[in-house]
Amino acid sequence: MAHSSSQSAPLDNQFAVSSGRKMFGNIMTALVFSCVAIAAIPLVSILFMVITKGLGGLTPAVFTDLPPAAGVAGGGFRNAITGTLITCLIGALISVPFGVLTAVYTIEFGRGNKLSQFVSFCTNILSGVPSIIAGLFAYGIVVLATGTFSAVAGGIALSVLMLPIIIRTSEEGFKSIPRDTRLAATGIGATNFQSVTQIILPAAMPFIATGVTLALARAAGETAPLLFTALFNQYDAKSIWEPTATLSVLIYNFAISPYKNQQALAWVAALIVVLLILVVSILARIVSRRKVY
Amino acid sequence: MTSLTTAPAETLIDSSTKFQPERQINQIFRWLTIALAVCVGLVLLWITYSLLLIALPAIRTFGLGFLTNSTWNPVEEIYGVFPQIYGTILSSFLALLFAVPLGVGVAVFLTENFLPPKILTPIAFIMELLAAIPSVVYGLWGIFVFLPAIRPILQGINRAFGWIPFFSTTPGGRHLFGASLVLAIMILPTIVAISRDTMSSLPPQLRQGSYGLGATRWETITRVLVPAGLSGIIGSVMLALGRALGETMALAMLVGNANNANISWFSPASTIASLIANQFGEASGLQKSSLFYGALILMVLTLLVNILAQMVVSRFQQVE
Amino acid sequence: MNPSTRPNSASDTLENNDIVIRTENVSIFYGAFQAVRNVFLDVPKNNVVALIGPSGCGKSTLLRCYNRLNDLIPGARVEGKIAYQGVDLYDPKIDPVEVRRRIGMVFQKANPFPKSIYENVAFGARINGFKGNMDELVERSLRGSALWDEVKDKLKESGLSLSGGQQQRLCIARTIAIEPEVILMDEPCSALDPISTLRVEDLMHELKKQFTIIIVTHNMQQASRVADMTAFFNAEATEGGSRFGYLVEYDKTYNIFNAPKQQATQDYVSGRFG
Ligand SMILES: Nc1ncnc2c1ncn2[C@@H]1O[C@H](COP(=O)(O)OP(=O)(O)OP(=O)(O)O)[C@@H](O)[C@H]1O
Ligand SMILES: [Mg+2]
Repeated sequence: MAHSSSQSAPLDNQFAVSSGRKMFGNIMTALVFSCVAIAAIPLVSILFMVITKGLGGLTPAVFTDLPPAAGVAGGGFRNAITGTLITCLIGALISVPFGVLTAVYTIEFGRGNKLSQFVSFCTNILSGVPSIIAGLFAYGIVVLATGTFSAVAGGIALSVLMLPIIIRTSEEGFKSIPRDTRLAATGIGATNFQSVTQIILPAAMPFIATGVTLALARAAGETAPLLFTALFNQYDAKSIWEPTATLSVLIYNFAISPYKNQQALAWVAALIVVLLILVVSILARIVSRRKVY
Repeated sequence: MTSLTTAPAETLIDSSTKFQPERQINQIFRWLTIALAVCVGLVLLWITYSLLLIALPAIRTFGLGFLTNSTWNPVEEIYGVFPQIYGTILSSFLALLFAVPLGVGVAVFLTENFLPPKILTPIAFIMELLAAIPSVVYGLWGIFVFLPAIRPILQGINRAFGWIPFFSTTPGGRHLFGASLVLAIMILPTIVAISRDTMSSLPPQLRQGSYGLGATRWETITRVLVPAGLSGIIGSVMLALGRALGETMALAMLVGNANNANISWFSPASTIASLIANQFGEASGLQKSSLFYGALILMVLTLLVNILAQMVVSRFQQVE
Repeated sequence: MNPSTRPNSASDTLENNDIVIRTENVSIFYGAFQAVRNVFLDVPKNNVVALIGPSGCGKSTLLRCYNRLNDLIPGARVEGKIAYQGVDLYDPKIDPVEVRRRIGMVFQKANPFPKSIYENVAFGARINGFKGNMDELVERSLRGSALWDEVKDKLKESGLSLSGGQQQRLCIARTIAIEPEVILMDEPCSALDPISTLRVEDLMHELKKQFTIIIVTHNMQQASRVADMTAFFNAEATEGGSRFGYLVEYDKTYNIFNAPKQQATQDYVSGRFG
């Protein structure tokens, strides 16, 4: 390489960076800037297309109507919007208490012990489980057992994906609380339960809320785990024990459909999902700013 | 010694031994958290077990030959996932090939103050946002925007370099190469985020020391910072690989779902995850069981990659 | 608290009645390491007892044993007997939570809860099952810690918004509010300015009418100003090279500072130490 020879440059030359070294620097800088440019093109394109194509089809009917048949103009996907909200809610109802209490154990009761190390390991592994496998799992334990595709099955699949996110952010929240605060609570005779529920949890709340919103943001866009659990429904699901339409599955179905009207709706649904995620992520940022410590 | 006052003393024992709901609650609470913590481990086992249960008939019928067999024939009930394993690994490999240099470049760009923070912060934010965009949206974009856009370019490559086996087929509407490129875009934010965290958490003495010896910025980056953060970068690559291997929707929508292992990157292919997504709806009996067998293979594959990634990343953290 | 918990048996001698905590041959270990060796120390009721000595001689370690806060440190172990009003604190039947409700603690570093000033004081009382008028208790405790006038208009503000000295007095108020019988203080003034320090010291004179106080301090003047009794600890190296702390001398504060029986005490209090 050009720059390596300059290391033995004589003393009087030291103040001037040799031209070879300078060139190397310039080339690398140019490379890095082109990396950013190359990375930026598709990313900007995605955002641009989602916004323009999505806005183009955005009508009030989208929120009030049911999905149209092939080739029929108009229509919307109100069932998919409620379906996404319901499956995400079910996922959160399972994963939030589960995750937060697990973090209570790993940080408050068993910090550093064998079981909490094992749990941390499992959490990391769980976060790497492919989402489609979470779907197959929920299919195996819910759909087969109940004999029907349902929002519950979808929610359970999503909860598997949300759980590690919630455990991790809750752990971070608990870790952010100084040891002194725990000692203070113990020192005036609080039981572990009292100090956790009344001091630690409230103080860690911004972290937990951030984790919940991040997990929801992820769940809202997940498709693979819902394909064989919530499935899809042309109509409004009448209960959580029925096949349920979701935005993400609708995008998939309509994207691979040959009909222009359905493809157009896929873009609108994509816009709404992205907006949903954007709002939730911004919310997470705002919440996480309100840290107590 | 004479005894001390006894009246209050008894109450300490009394209050310690008499029934108090809060003491009970505390115990129950403690056990509840232990039980849930244990359950996190059990969930992993449970997932594996429930896959195994349904996959069992296929495992019994095909054994390990399932991995090397290229037939997927529902009529004769013969199944094998060799093309899918090939497609899964090749698409992930191609995605890494593009995403790693790009991602490390962007991470360097974001940590080494090439531009003022005012510009860098929004770029970092956009990267984070992109990590949150659902894969089905990437798939949608791939179908209608990206694949049509690169098609002429790939056709040009095919005309010029068609003698190279990798480019030997004329690119149609969907192909492994295009799907891999989209996959690369999808895993880019993961690589950027972790590499960036690694680089910015390096001790400042490293940088100062290197500058102090008269190294230029780029000599510092390439010879000091990147080597020092290497295990963190490798960890990020492994995690991204884990994600790429399991990615379903974008591939199911873009890869073309052809059941063959073609040497040419420009031909349609299939991955384990895309196979499951495509076939599951109509599958039953041995076919469904075979899909679960495939899922089990995918699970083991990602598990290995992720455990390896954990080890690399945690080793970096210890060194830190 | 229940008035019957106060010692009032007339049949006991005054001397016996007076001892709240009796430390008999106590040694404290962290794993295999012996931090404190063979301490005998009796704490009389309504007194301020100061623990002084060079850094690392185990003052905090001993203090934390009095309300079983060492239970939280993995590997910490106590040998010998610590009797609180005649009951062994380490009796397996004893619930450490009950111990801490009677023997409160103020820490070296002010550590208010991330709650309002009001809630900081009310929290302890509430978890201890206090049923009376909370506003009154909060005011009484804040007055007791000489903080009331400074915070009475901003009780809803976060305890973390106060200055360091105010935070420490808030922590004292929080401890008073649970109405313990003994208050342990681990260098409560080490992070305070001289004026806040004087306030806390005045406070101790007030508090000892109601409570018994054990205080760890590095400030000799402070010990001589506030303490009725003073215990001087020292650290000594064993053959193995590790250091253990032990009680050198325990006497009326006046005697410790003016007529110590041990040479080491003399050296330490006159600043000719080490
Ligand atoms: N949590 C712990 N684990 C292990 N050893 C400890 C722990 N806390 C204290 N020690 C050791 O016990 C000995 C006594 O420590 P302690 O904190 O009680 O001293 P101290 O007299 O309070 O000192 P200082 O005046 O500096 O506060 C020291 O040698 C210390 O290293
Ligand atoms: Mg100390």
